[in-house]
Amino acid sequence: MKKSPWTRPTRRSRVAALAGLTAAAVVVAGCSSGGSGGSGTPSSKSTALTASAPGITAQQITIGSHQPLTGVAAPGYDEIAPASNAYFQYVNAHGGIYGRKIVYKYLNDQYDPTVTSTAVHQLVLQDNVFAIFDGLGTPTHLAVVKFLNASKVPDVFVASGCECWNETATEPYTTGWQIDYVREGKILGNYIKQHFSGKKIGYFYQGDEFGQDGVKGLDDELPKSQVVARQSYNPAVTNIAPQITALKAAGAQVVVSFTVPAFTALFKLGSLKLNYNPQLVVSDVGSDPITLAGLLEAFAKQGGATVAGNQLTQGIITDGYLPSLGSSSNSWIQLFTKIHSQYLSKLPLDGNVAFGMAVAYTFVQAMFKAGRNPTRQDLMNAINGGLPQGPSVAPYAYSKSNHDGITGAYMAVVKNGALSETGPVQVTDTSATGAVTAAGSTPAAAPASGIPSP
Amino acid sequence: MTLARHLAAALVAAVVIALLSVQLSAYRDYQLAEVAAYLVAVAGLTVLIGLSGQISIGHGAFMAIGGYTTALLLTHLGWPLALILLGSVVVAAGGGALFGLAAARLRGPYLAGATLMLAVALPTVADQYQHLFGGDQGLPVTITAPGFLGPTFPPTRWQAWVTAGSALIALILLANLTRSRVGRSWRAVRDDEVAASLSGLNVARLQVLAFVVSAACAGLGGGLLAVVTGIVAPGAYTLTLSIALLTAAVLGGFGTLPGALWGSLVLVLVPTYLTNLGASHGLSGAASSSVPIAAYGLILIVVMLVFPAGIQGGLRRLFGSAAVAPTARPRWLIPFTSLRRPAQSRENQEEGPS
Repeated sequence: MKKSPWTRPTRRSRVAALAGLTAAAVVVAGCSSGGSGGSGTPSSKSTALTASAPGITAQQITIGSHQPLTGVAAPGYDEIAPASNAYFQYVNAHGGIYGRKIVYKYLNDQYDPTVTSTAVHQLVLQDNVFAIFDGLGTPTHLAVVKFLNASKVPDVFVASGCECWNETATEPYTTGWQIDYVREGKILGNYIKQHFSGKKIGYFYQGDEFGQDGVKGLDDELPKSQVVARQSYNPAVTNIAPQITALKAAGAQVVVSFTVPAFTALFKLGSLKLNYNPQLVVSDVGSDPITLAGLLEAFAKQGGATVAGNQLTQGIITDGYLPSLGSSSNSWIQLFTKIHSQYLSKLPLDGNVAFGMAVAYTFVQAMFKAGRNPTRQDLMNAINGGLPQGPSVAPYAYSKSNHDGITGAYMAVVKNGALSETGPVQVTDTSATGAVTAAGSTPAAAPASGIPSP
Repeated sequence: MTLARHLAAALVAAVVIALLSVQLSAYRDYQLAEVAAYLVAVAGLTVLIGLSGQISIGHGAFMAIGGYTTALLLTHLGWPLALILLGSVVVAAGGGALFGLAAARLRGPYLAGATLMLAVALPTVADQYQHLFGGDQGLPVTITAPGFLGPTFPPTRWQAWVTAGSALIALILLANLTRSRVGRSWRAVRDDEVAASLSGLNVARLQVLAFVVSAACAGLGGGLLAVVTGIVAPGAYTLTLSIALLTAAVLGGFGTLPGALWGSLVLVLVPTYLTNLGASHGLSGAASSSVPIAAYGLILIVVMLVFPAGIQGGLRRLFGSAAVAPTARPRWLIPFTSLRRPAQSRENQEEGPS
């Protein structure tokens, strides 16, 4: 049985093995390599459906995305891609886009930029997706913007309000969708200026371009002297007691937060523990009442306490750029509710689900506009030509020189677990001096079919 | 002579890789580059554990040092890529030397604990100095293929060439080092520190040297990984990475360079393959992204049961080319498995339950 432990492989055999193995490994990596991507041909006016671009065949359109399905940003946000997919299934069941079915492949990036890079390389290089749609997160998506634009892959409707998606000169293939954090910061700041004049204000924000853009917008509106504390957090560190203590010590009576939902909940619980109860003003992305209530109850349970989630979210001031889920007479909410009960009844119908369906609607709008046999450039041209206002409460900014999405929002307060609108829709721009004004347009009703017309 | 053989083998491997990288799809080139980057780091770790008998659960931290050095040199100084990678090696080796000084005084679980601390603590430095390291968002690392290759040259093929070329150079150096006087001394220290020091070897210096070499490899691996993924961010260098590197070294078989290759292949290919498999069998995104983690555990258990000396040890046993070199049970494991003195551990070298 036993071989002598001293017997060694000969040098020759070791060297040969090393060389052989390296080669073998490459062969292993090489087999089952992905299909080839057809090169784009100009869109034709003929009626026959062709494989006009990578990811497009006569039968289907394959698109991809990176989403935080696990990890710190997952609570709430992990519903967005399934909700988009539910809307795509609805479109597929009702004739698709010019007869093509949408295949939506979203990979988990755990809200970690390095994983995002790997996942997006796989989607583009191996799965040959036509476009990256609604890639979620500011720090994550920044990791792949250069790669996508160098590869000339449409990178549409990024699920982040960073102003960094509006770089049409250097990154013409990337577009935002939701209201950018600068505009949102200005609208929130304008509200605070009017309703909390003279009060001490504190900022609590994520320490990356997400938070920094929001702060930029707030600073455009709020007098510097009124802001008594500025605290940032890193999403990888869940202990935010030092930041809360600093805000309390500075005597901030109003705390504006640009946070992901988990950190809104952590802030609320942490401030309760310190007996500190400022008026919370939370940006849209961190304020979905249903997500927050679930998180508050779960976090409290981990700490051995019981709280009523809806009671703790009561009174949080926020803004919304999609119709409020509470307005059951709104045609968009009726459409989302119908699709939700048909395709997605396992998930709660919350703000994230509405977001996922609304952004999917916009993608279908753009694809119809791009034509029967679109190339990747056709999709970008369609967006650059402007898109009609869909479910959003304010118009899109899309043009050849502007890739911002929704340009306005309304102010709201959380009441009994739902958003209650407290003001009209306001629009603004991203400049420091541009005023916050009432929106001129009224949102269109949802089409009866639930699908945008070509 | 040894050097000549290693060079010849590397040349053959380089030609094979170059030919294959042209044949492979862009995504396979990307994976090839990933494998090569991890390979360098795992090879360094397997030499540290298998030859010098020291453990590190913190090698992800040295990869972070290499990655950030690459990003900073590229952004601020714009050096040529070869110099940047060399710089990353030097800086990481410096970090390894500092840490090695402490490590040489620690044994078994204490050394494991110290390296664990390094893995947990270092990534948070990036958040403390956001202006320098870009905080959670990290720093971009964008390299382009040199102009003479033409504008249509696929960027992933260039990445594959850079990483595979660097990996081959690192492997040649490691292969020679392990077969040299230094390598033999490391084995002597690993097998019995007292006997080694009685024979005139400077045990502490050899242990620090092993840490330096190993950290240098991890630094190069980190720099290469940054080049491949196009970004350095603290999220990539968590404890999970350090554990993954250790897992890869265990899976491949401690102390063997081909084993490092097997380990890196498992590290890169298994997660993508299984996530796709899970998704195509109708698992939800969250469920299919948990499959690779479960599979890791399963593969580790099976390999340890069937091939206690790792995949490379198992292959050697199966094909009978030679017995497993006496590296199957590194000395850091001894406190966990046996109370006997290290010198006697050689008797524990059976390849499985006999």
